[in-house]
Amino acid sequence: MIDYLREPLNYEFFRHGLVAATLAGALCGLMGVYIVLRRMSYIGHGLSHAVFGGAVVSALMGWNFFLGAGAWGFLSALLIQGTARRRNIGADAAIGVITTASFALGVALISKSRSFEKNFESALFGNILGVTPEDLLAIGAVSAVVAVAVFFGYKQLLFATFDPEIAPIYGVPMRWVDTAFALALAATIVVCMNVVGVTLIAAAIVIPPVSARLLTSSFGPLVILSTILGAACGFFGMFVSYYGDVASGPAIILLAAAAFGAVYLLTGLRGRAGTGSDVSATTARDSLAPEMH
Amino acid sequence: MPVSAQSPNGQAQRTSSDAPVVSVHDLTGGYGAAPVLQAVSLEIPRGQFAGLVGPSGAGKTSLLKALLGGLPQTSGQVMVGGFPVTPGRPPRGVGYVPQIQTVDWTFPVTVEDVVLMGRTRRMGPLPWPSRADRAAVDVTLQRLGLGGLRRRHIRELSGGQQQRVFLARALIGEPELLILDEPTASVDVKTRDDILHLLAELNRQGITVILTTHELNAVAAHLPYVVCVNGGIVAQGSPMAVFTEDILSRTFGADMRVIRDEETGGMLIAEAGRHGPFAEPLFHHAHLHEADIPHERAALGPDTGLPDHPHDGVFHPREDPFAELAGMSSGRGRGA
Repeated sequence: MIDYLREPLNYEFFRHGLVAATLAGALCGLMGVYIVLRRMSYIGHGLSHAVFGGAVVSALMGWNFFLGAGAWGFLSALLIQGTARRRNIGADAAIGVITTASFALGVALISKSRSFEKNFESALFGNILGVTPEDLLAIGAVSAVVAVAVFFGYKQLLFATFDPEIAPIYGVPMRWVDTAFALALAATIVVCMNVVGVTLIAAAIVIPPVSARLLTSSFGPLVILSTILGAACGFFGMFVSYYGDVASGPAIILLAAAAFGAVYLLTGLRGRAGTGSDVSATTARDSLAPEMH
Repeated sequence: MPVSAQSPNGQAQRTSSDAPVVSVHDLTGGYGAAPVLQAVSLEIPRGQFAGLVGPSGAGKTSLLKALLGGLPQTSGQVMVGGFPVTPGRPPRGVGYVPQIQTVDWTFPVTVEDVVLMGRTRRMGPLPWPSRADRAAVDVTLQRLGLGGLRRRHIRELSGGQQQRVFLARALIGEPELLILDEPTASVDVKTRDDILHLLAELNRQGITVILTTHELNAVAAHLPYVVCVNGGIVAQGSPMAVFTEDILSRTFGADMRVIRDEETGGMLIAEAGRHGPFAEPLFHHAHLHEADIPHERAALGPDTGLPDHPHDGVFHPREDPFAELAGMSSGRGRGA
């Protein structure tokens, strides 16, 4: 068993990929808790498409990928939040309009310039072989900053997520929290894009917190559990990818989905047997049902 | 604790104790082109226990939002605790309890998590509570009879307990002013009375309380001060003075009836009727005036679930108003 884990580590590309996938998994798992609880599950999906447009534009203009795509994603996130606050447009519709337009722009530019079609595919589905030291540095930096921000802003972020209308009355600076959150979200999407891919990033964001929610009803443990689950799926997903000879993104997501299925079945059985803290588990199952489609 | 510790120029300022806690002057504000509140002026003295009543859409919740710095204002001034409140600048020293129906009950938080939110301003930068924070949670939960529930998920509580958890979140910050939006909506009669008695107790301990409600009879029985709101302030004062048929009809835009029991000082408020299939002779004053009220209630028997206005021409109240009146006869109410 140990040998199985050790063998691929002989390759540098695998070592890089492993670190990138583990960090990206943890980052998505952590951010996912807040995204799912804000009922914005599909913002990850939409935003990654928007960022794709930004990535193409920065490539054509010769800008730095992280800065160009990051700024694009951040502006899209702010635009979505702003549009969704206008009461007659829901957040889901706002995401639909802004992100698909941005994605379409990226595709249009690619089809017009007929260049980097190879990169196009890896951006869509993730390509761990393409992880450079620069990518690693970016993922590491964003993970560290987000972790520190969540640590010190934990209380404000929890209140802002639970009760955004009331939080300002108790001293939570909502505008700052929202802006910082949009920034963190855009940064997460940009650095994780190469690992998981545009089309699969939503799953990396949604599955860990949803699985963790089945196991706990308390917020602190949920945050920790979801982060660990995301990291574990990234880590072991890389080995699945290596031995199964499948792309890294799908390997990570399929593993995460299998973990979710196992937790779902186990908590369901435990609930039916009527033992332990099944009330919480049932509560979680009820609460997540609308998120699942 | 003074309501607000700092004035804008940074100097500590004490508010004189006889200044009103809430002072609204000529406030116009709301969402969209037609502001729901028009030229509202209102003062609530320190230590008051006041209820805002009025029809849906009359601006009760908007008025509360204005006090909390959450309502767009076009003109006027709102002062809470002697300091101006503007959109985006909430007051200090105020505890707010939202409508319990607006809470996301599936959210993964325990009772302790929720109560600690009320202490966000005072807590240190670390994610977990300090010993002092935990002690404050303990004291607050004990005070509200929620001891032993701190680790429970918020959905695993009764309706009354859920209401008290959010009251605990407001109280842990030791507010001078407590604002509650519809604390008695969709709870049963017993829970409603428990909540109102608890609020009265907090009021006796020195906290000014302002709440909105639809339940006129509960207000008449429990609260010493009422404010009738309908776009502006229609009237304010003690329920005995304010709850007249004229004022209530103007407030609610409907034909309202008030029946007073001279002996107990209690009153029963009801809508006289709508234009509809049951709009016939709904209300027989004489019938009620002559009645021995508790006896009448017994004679009516349990609530059958039938409509309030059957065709026999006699007013058949549901359990609610009569329970209130009966309660007052036994000396529980605070009528005039």
